[in-house]
Amino acid sequence: MSTVFTFRIDGKDVAGSEGQTVMEVAEENGIDIPALCHLEGIHDRGACRLCMVEIAGSPKLAAACMTKITEGMDVTAHSELLLEYRRTVTEMMFVERNHVCAVCVANNHCELQDTAEELGLTHFDLPRISPKVDIDASHRLFAIDHNRCILCLRCVRVCDEIEGAHTWDIMHRGLETRVQTDMGIPWGESTTCTSCGKCVQVCPTGALFEKGRAVARGSKTRRPFLPWMKVVAEERGL
Amino acid sequence: MSEMPAAARPTRRRVITEEINDEAPRASAYVCEAASCMSAQAHDITLRLGERAAEAGLTDVMIKRVGCLGLCAAGPLVEIAETGQLFGHVKPDEVEGIVKALKKVKPTDTRQPQGPFFEKQLRVATENMGRIDPEDLDDYIERGGYEALKRVLSEMTSTTVRDEITRSGLRGRGGAGFPTGLKWTTVAKAQGTQKYVICNADEGDPGAFMDRSVLESDPFRILEGMAIAAFAVHATEGYIYCRAEYPLAVARLRTAIRLAQRAGYLGAGIAETSFNFDVQIRLGAGAFVCGEETALIASVEGRRGTPRPRPPYPAVQGLWDCPTLINNVETLASVPTILRKGPEWYAGIGVGKSKGTKVFALAGRIVNTGLVEVPMGMTLREIVYDIGGGIVDGRPFKAVQTGGPSGGCIPAEFLDMSVSYESLIELGSFMGSGGLIVMDDTSCMVDVAKYFQDFCRDESCGKCVPCRVGTTQLYMLLDLITRGEATMEDLAQLERLAGIIQRTALCGLGQGAPNPIFSTLRYFRDEYLAHIVDRVCPAGVCTITPAEVMA
Amino acid sequence: MSKPRVATVWLDGCSGCHMSLIDMDERILDIFERADLVYSPLVDFKDYPEDVDVCLVEGAVSSEEDLHKIKMVRERTKTLVSFGDCAVTSNVPGMRNPIGVAPLLDRAYRENVTLNPQIPSEIVPKLLPASTPVHRVVKVDVFLPGCPPSADLIYTMLDDLLAGRVPDVAGSRFGR
Repeated sequence: MSTVFTFRIDGKDVAGSEGQTVMEVAEENGIDIPALCHLEGIHDRGACRLCMVEIAGSPKLAAACMTKITEGMDVTAHSELLLEYRRTVTEMMFVERNHVCAVCVANNHCELQDTAEELGLTHFDLPRISPKVDIDASHRLFAIDHNRCILCLRCVRVCDEIEGAHTWDIMHRGLETRVQTDMGIPWGESTTCTSCGKCVQVCPTGALFEKGRAVARGSKTRRPFLPWMKVVAEERGL
Repeated sequence: MSEMPAAARPTRRRVITEEINDEAPRASAYVCEAASCMSAQAHDITLRLGERAAEAGLTDVMIKRVGCLGLCAAGPLVEIAETGQLFGHVKPDEVEGIVKALKKVKPTDTRQPQGPFFEKQLRVATENMGRIDPEDLDDYIERGGYEALKRVLSEMTSTTVRDEITRSGLRGRGGAGFPTGLKWTTVAKAQGTQKYVICNADEGDPGAFMDRSVLESDPFRILEGMAIAAFAVHATEGYIYCRAEYPLAVARLRTAIRLAQRAGYLGAGIAETSFNFDVQIRLGAGAFVCGEETALIASVEGRRGTPRPRPPYPAVQGLWDCPTLINNVETLASVPTILRKGPEWYAGIGVGKSKGTKVFALAGRIVNTGLVEVPMGMTLREIVYDIGGGIVDGRPFKAVQTGGPSGGCIPAEFLDMSVSYESLIELGSFMGSGGLIVMDDTSCMVDVAKYFQDFCRDESCGKCVPCRVGTTQLYMLLDLITRGEATMEDLAQLERLAGIIQRTALCGLGQGAPNPIFSTLRYFRDEYLAHIVDRVCPAGVCTITPAEVMA
Repeated sequence: MSKPRVATVWLDGCSGCHMSLIDMDERILDIFERADLVYSPLVDFKDYPEDVDVCLVEGAVSSEEDLHKIKMVRERTKTLVSFGDCAVTSNVPGMRNPIGVAPLLDRAYRENVTLNPQIPSEIVPKLLPASTPVHRVVKVDVFLPGCPPSADLIYTMLDDLLAGRVPDVAGSRFGR
């Protein structure tokens, strides 16, 4: 038996079990908090900073995906201020690398695009950084275009936690940070990749895509396999 | 490397004769062998001094290597311990003067004042600095070393130890100033059978070298402090996370650990009690963010050194998810002295909620570059002018930067402010680890802000978006201003963006990254405006494109 | 009272946004009942007139000509609309930015050319070091992203502008 906590999100009374996060309870109650690194079924890392919420009595903002609920907490998930922060953070993701929606395989199937639309982001005040970024198309079935990577690391986590291959990881730091396969070798030469495609499936943008898809044809119909895998793992006590 | 004659090999107690002489020497020369003086051939000086003294037939003198003597600007330094006479800028070929001085020392001589740089200091964490051979356990014990630990183990309980630390008012010297006693109590009371103590020696602020000097000069003190902390929080294992860029500190720590283990001050059954505690060293690979405690823990665990959101705090869920006490070098270095001299003594020093002393590394345009320890509450003017000897070339003081890349710049009008955690925060700066960079009128404050932003951008681990992208955006805006190409809209954007990064970044590095911008804008807004509106750099540092070319 | 004067300008873009404008079908009649089209690639006026009320700018600012033009347009226009992704984000024209002008021209006019390879230097305007969104060069009043923005969105926006309302661009997004 776990303890049930009642608390408020945006003035709405909600309830959740001890150990749940603000994000989980918000989702259950139909309160949409934007997020790009969060994905149900894999561990959260609180890195995209889109799900930042205000908690009454705390001077600091908290990432909803990493904040455990407590009895009586008063969460503000939507405010003018948070909207401005979220817009700017989304803007930062757009200007970091070279996102060109018009020619992207994920055009119209992209969570970054969706987030911008939801937040009413119509243009970027920040200048583009325009770095020179590589594409790795050495894998038989898939490719990665680092121009479109927002470093949510869903691929790294799904590969490690669900597939168990740990093909993906990260290298370098700051703006130079890149996801990499094995120890930085081309994806096609990876000896650990099982070609399961989970990384492609969970990628929120067009960074990871199936080869042979034309612009805007990279629809990733959500298969419910991640939560399912999680249930299986829990049943087996893994 | 030629083999030195045995007689000239510099070791403590080894008086320069054919045989080892354990009698107290008539005269002793202390040669600073900390990193700064070592880089200026201090070790050669020790060797040469030994040779020359032997040639001069001095059989009753001691040549001893010691840790940092503090006045790095005048290094390499040699001190005649009996008289306090100091020799600066010593060259290995010019040690005759020191030999002569050694000859003259009489048993009746007493230490003479060495000037305000030394006299105005109050040494607690650095009390053995420049006095003991950092690789000699006996020397440490002779100066009161391990007294505190022995008393703790034989007379005290973990509760009374924590109580004394709490009463002393000691606060974290790594920057934020969290009450040390409270932290220890949290770890002690946290659920868990296995607990750890970590010494954070990943000093990385530009211009800061306090921890380095303490580690190089008095490594046993850290081990003692850690052992006491471990006893107080029920930990049995400790780690020292030291950056690999400090090879001398690491080497001396390794020696100290080995000697302490051999003497029963580390390992199983410390000081013949049932208390077990051992220490390992972990080397940082040069990432600034690994000084952040959660990133540090990840790095110790062998993972990529990136921070994670807190809570849970390491005190509850730290190294390998066990309750973990993380204290900075200087904090731990203060512990043995506090317990030896009593918490009331320590709490009697300082001002307000900032008790005790603080070690500062003086750098920048200051005469006496070096390391000092002063009581909290001393004014900036005393630190900069009395101890620091004022500004190089007698130029006007402009500002002092404290707190590293998360800190700020304090202008001349606050020179008479007393330094404490609270006063620095009030002025928009930060105590930080104790780096104190002095600037004169040749520094452009926009350029200074740009320098620190460049540092933050380079050191961002890349985990969270506001820091990874935002610091670069701030840097680009500052670059635009220093090139004279910015508009007032850019300045507004700079302030807006800085505010957002401060609130949304994941860890202290990102949240603190805008601080140098905020503080320079607060006190030197006119310099920003000069770059933007008049397109001139008042200090003449920035190269500004002439307005007519711009059009 | 005379009708509001509307113009459209085509900088570095593919003209797709103009196609989308025409895509509003018979509603275009409604719009130009209420406004005069005083300059556009779709009509035959040679010079951009003074006192334009609303101007839709398609395309990024990529060449010296674009830069000259947009500055002139800004001076003569009350409400400037960044019209479509190229104008808003520099989009496809901006893909050259990480490459740099010299390697770009080399690739286009020398490396892949067999007959008389040369970089055109006369008649054609010089490329700017980077292709930039319109609002990085001049002030923009309304942003309508999309590649292209849908005819519905364009109609709603123009309808609002002509009625003197703050245009509602909700539903607009980058790409499509």
